[in-house]
Amino acid sequence: MAETSMAATGGGSDMARRGLLVGGVLIAALAVAALAGARYGALLLVGLGFGIALEGLRFGFAGPWRAMILRRDPAGLLAQLVSIGLVALAAFPLLASNGEELFGAHAPIGVAMVGGAFVFGAAMQLVMGCGSGTLVNAGSGNVVGAVALPFFALGSFAGAYNLDWWISLGTAPVVVLDGTDGLIATLAGLAAVAAVVLWLAPKEARRIPRRLWVAAAVIAALAILNLVIAGQPWGIVYGLGLWAAKGAQAVGADLSGSAFWTAPTNAERLQQSILTDVTSLTNIGLIGGAFLASVWRRGLGKGLPKLSALAWASTIVAGFLLGYSSRLAFGCNVGAFFSGVSTGSLHGWAWFAAAFFGAYWGVKLRPKLGLEV
Amino acid sequence: MTRTPVALAVMGLVVALVAADLAGSAPLNPYQAPPMLALGSGLAATGAHCAAPVVD
Repeated sequence: MAETSMAATGGGSDMARRGLLVGGVLIAALAVAALAGARYGALLLVGLGFGIALEGLRFGFAGPWRAMILRRDPAGLLAQLVSIGLVALAAFPLLASNGEELFGAHAPIGVAMVGGAFVFGAAMQLVMGCGSGTLVNAGSGNVVGAVALPFFALGSFAGAYNLDWWISLGTAPVVVLDGTDGLIATLAGLAAVAAVVLWLAPKEARRIPRRLWVAAAVIAALAILNLVIAGQPWGIVYGLGLWAAKGAQAVGADLSGSAFWTAPTNAERLQQSILTDVTSLTNIGLIGGAFLASVWRRGLGKGLPKLSALAWASTIVAGFLLGYSSRLAFGCNVGAFFSGVSTGSLHGWAWFAAAFFGAYWGVKLRPKLGLEV
Repeated sequence: MTRTPVALAVMGLVVALVAADLAGSAPLNPYQAPPMLALGSGLAATGAHCAAPVVD
């Protein structure tokens, strides 16, 4: 009887804790909507959804790529391809019929773009977190993610500062697959990658668990909502660089020497609040959503890893490189790979190939830097 | 030590970031905000994105 009573009390306290969390999230979104506008409140909710789905359903990029490289376990990578395909099915017709109101993640392939993607792929294996993953890891109390995040932001700011120089090293025209033909080519490309991945995988591993099917569908739905609400696809890196740029400006840094930060859109972003910036809002939501999912399932009680000084230094350098390289690559795993491919940009495919090659070397390098514990 | 203080510190930094930003940025004006949905708004998309070129 006493046990039943205690269980009931525990259940009640869990309910109260979860009620407080959900209430807090809704109040935050309503406050942003009231202060900045309904679009911005809605984008915060979309970001929270991303964070909850990524952390709650354990959908990611760095981990699944590592699993494919080390064990030829294709499940997570296949789920990514499914999710991208689902977004493409909606995004291609939306972009074709609403070209003024919506735009895709379209960027050129270039020397620095490919090199940046390679470095990003390696760095994301070192910190075991990509663009979205580092935010989710930080929000869920992963200390490596929390340490890497501010350096990621600084790197993104620094990479953007000199982006015009990097582009001048050699950049091809932007190539966009669009319309029905573009959609068919994109889906065929995704199917071809899936076929190769399945061919490489052992027979018993050739499946996607139900959890990842659900996650792929939820992430796709949220990405489509992001496009419909914001007029642009899901992205990560711009917001992080903007935070660091605003910080630099606040301490008196002169950004007038940067072609990037003086460009009209970016100069305006520097003046306006991050509560009116699309990627900043979804990034904040990602961190908050991951925090909420972790508290919800009592995931914050895990211990922290004991890492060497070399491992911490590597985390800081890799965090900075994540930000710097993703600016050169016109996005990270989200802005370039997920959103680029799903909205028809050829650079998304080049990003995937270069980053996966980089990830292979990142996996090799990780134990040498003391990051395997 | 568990993940709890790390997660709380991260959330605290996010709140501090937003507060500092609100203090140093142009005031918010919800009455001049764009419609909730870009789709169907009739307005050109103007947001900033990772894939955007340097000069726009």
